[in-house]
Amino acid sequence: MTLFGYRLPGMSSLLIWGLLWELVGQAGLTFFVPPLSEVIATLFEVIQTAAFQKALAETAYAFFAGVFFAIVIGIPVGILMGKNRLLDEMLLPWVNVFLSAPLTALVPVLMVLFGFGMKSIIITTTLFAIWIIILNARAGVKQINRSLVEMAHSFGAGPWDAFSKIYFWAALPEILGGVRIGVIRAVKGVIIGQLLISIVGFGALFELYSANFLMSHFWAVLIVLFALAFTISEFLAYLERRVAYYAAKR
Amino acid sequence: MAMSQTEPAVAETQAIPESAVSTRNITKFYGETEALRDLSLEFPRGQLTSLLGPSGCGKTTLLKIIAGLLEPTSGEVEVNGKTVTGPGPDRAFVFQDFALLPWASVLRNVAFGLEMRGAGKSEREAKAEHYIKQVGLAGFENAYPHELSGGMRQRVGLARALAVDSQVLLMDEPFSAVDEQTRRKFQEDLLALVLNENKTFIFVTHSIEEAVYVSDQIAILLPRPSRVHEIIRPSINRESGAANIRRDPEYLDIVDEIWASLRSYVE
Ligand SMILES: Nc1ncnc2c1ncn2[C@@H]1O[C@H](COP(=O)(O)OP(=O)(O)OP(=O)(O)O)[C@@H](O)[C@H]1O
Ligand SMILES: [Mg+2]
Repeated sequence: MTLFGYRLPGMSSLLIWGLLWELVGQAGLTFFVPPLSEVIATLFEVIQTAAFQKALAETAYAFFAGVFFAIVIGIPVGILMGKNRLLDEMLLPWVNVFLSAPLTALVPVLMVLFGFGMKSIIITTTLFAIWIIILNARAGVKQINRSLVEMAHSFGAGPWDAFSKIYFWAALPEILGGVRIGVIRAVKGVIIGQLLISIVGFGALFELYSANFLMSHFWAVLIVLFALAFTISEFLAYLERRVAYYAAKR
Repeated sequence: MAMSQTEPAVAETQAIPESAVSTRNITKFYGETEALRDLSLEFPRGQLTSLLGPSGCGKTTLLKIIAGLLEPTSGEVEVNGKTVTGPGPDRAFVFQDFALLPWASVLRNVAFGLEMRGAGKSEREAKAEHYIKQVGLAGFENAYPHELSGGMRQRVGLARALAVDSQVLLMDEPFSAVDEQTRRKFQEDLLALVLNENKTFIFVTHSIEEAVYVSDQIAILLPRPSRVHEIIRPSINRESGAANIRRDPEYLDIVDEIWASLRSYVE
């Protein structure tokens, strides 16, 4: 973006929105929006509290466990669906249903099945992330160059070699794209899980702050959460760029 | 006296040597399409046999059946006396579209066949480096396929097939991606390879000149459903040097002869 001939650094539009936020806050139009400066000051206070750090640890644990299962189950399932017609026809309708289903509505069922603890939260997180990971891995395998598979076969590659040395790498650009979107969905999943299943982690903080009308605390935690999600997503986008050199030449 | 002693020797060199590969009564259907019909062919050990024929006549199909990548609808392939049931270490394939791993360096691509066959890292990289030099790609070990020209990629595919040291090399139009000068250079290299490596080469080409130039035996295939129309064994003296082959009257005669028998199918 350029302004009056000057090149502006990326994301400078955030400055404008920040300024607007500050103005609305200072004007005192609604208690819901305290000035940004106040929110930032609260943020530095909040992140030093034990409550915040405990919430962060709990959330991170559920998030990473959920994403871990989504990845280690999702990628192989997606690859197998791409390779195997029968499996594909059996599973694809379900994957599509769950991809667009309102998963929040399933959370009570999970609570009945898996209890009110961490387990249900992790499963919720996995359920939010896994479907897009499966679909993308599948799409990556579908577009694979058949002659690469034949080549590996002709040199005596067994099923495991074909899987780990051809299919995985050929589908990697799509797989990373799927993981990136899956991770963003997992953030949503972990917070919804924490709000609905048991009031722990960031979910507990949100609940606490909004019930007590501590809006600057509320916004501060939300900003931290956005920043974390954004960082992870940018890191995955960076990995995607690392494999971009062959993505277009397969 | 002298005559009677040399005569058997001459007869022996002219006899057709034993086959490394035989295809027996191969028929191949793709659904309703009959690509090959009752095709039988012998591939003599240590020699180069070309498969020549119009586009779509089933050359790639035959090569893939020999490689064990495709199953014939009926008939069988024997390699060194054993019936083929799938790919094996006795055969290596050079693909028409190179089939290089785009995410791997030249070194890793060339070593890939050895990797699949369970060779250790240092052993396979040493061998790969040797064959990378042999195909003239020294200095490109760490380049990636998309950084190479078509001809260079083809040479990577060739080096990969050579590196596994199989007895039979199956080459599907290996020179189709290169310009005329490079192609001639490759043809000369191929002749040297046949002479030095003592392997059996099965070579698919569209070019009559190329087939006559490099082959010990040429099998001319007819359009679908494909059978062997004719087998030609050029007896050109290849020791006389590359340039002389193309001026050899025998070379020119055979080129004309093949063109005469193929032209009716082109029109
Ligand atoms: N997977 C397939 N499914 C259906 N038909 C096929 C398939 N592969 C090849 N064919 C048909 O079989 C015939 C022989 O194909 P093949 O690829 O062996 O020909 P080719 O001689 O190698 O041709 P070219 O010289 O153009 O490479 C063609 O007519 C083609 O249409
Ligand atoms: Mg072909």
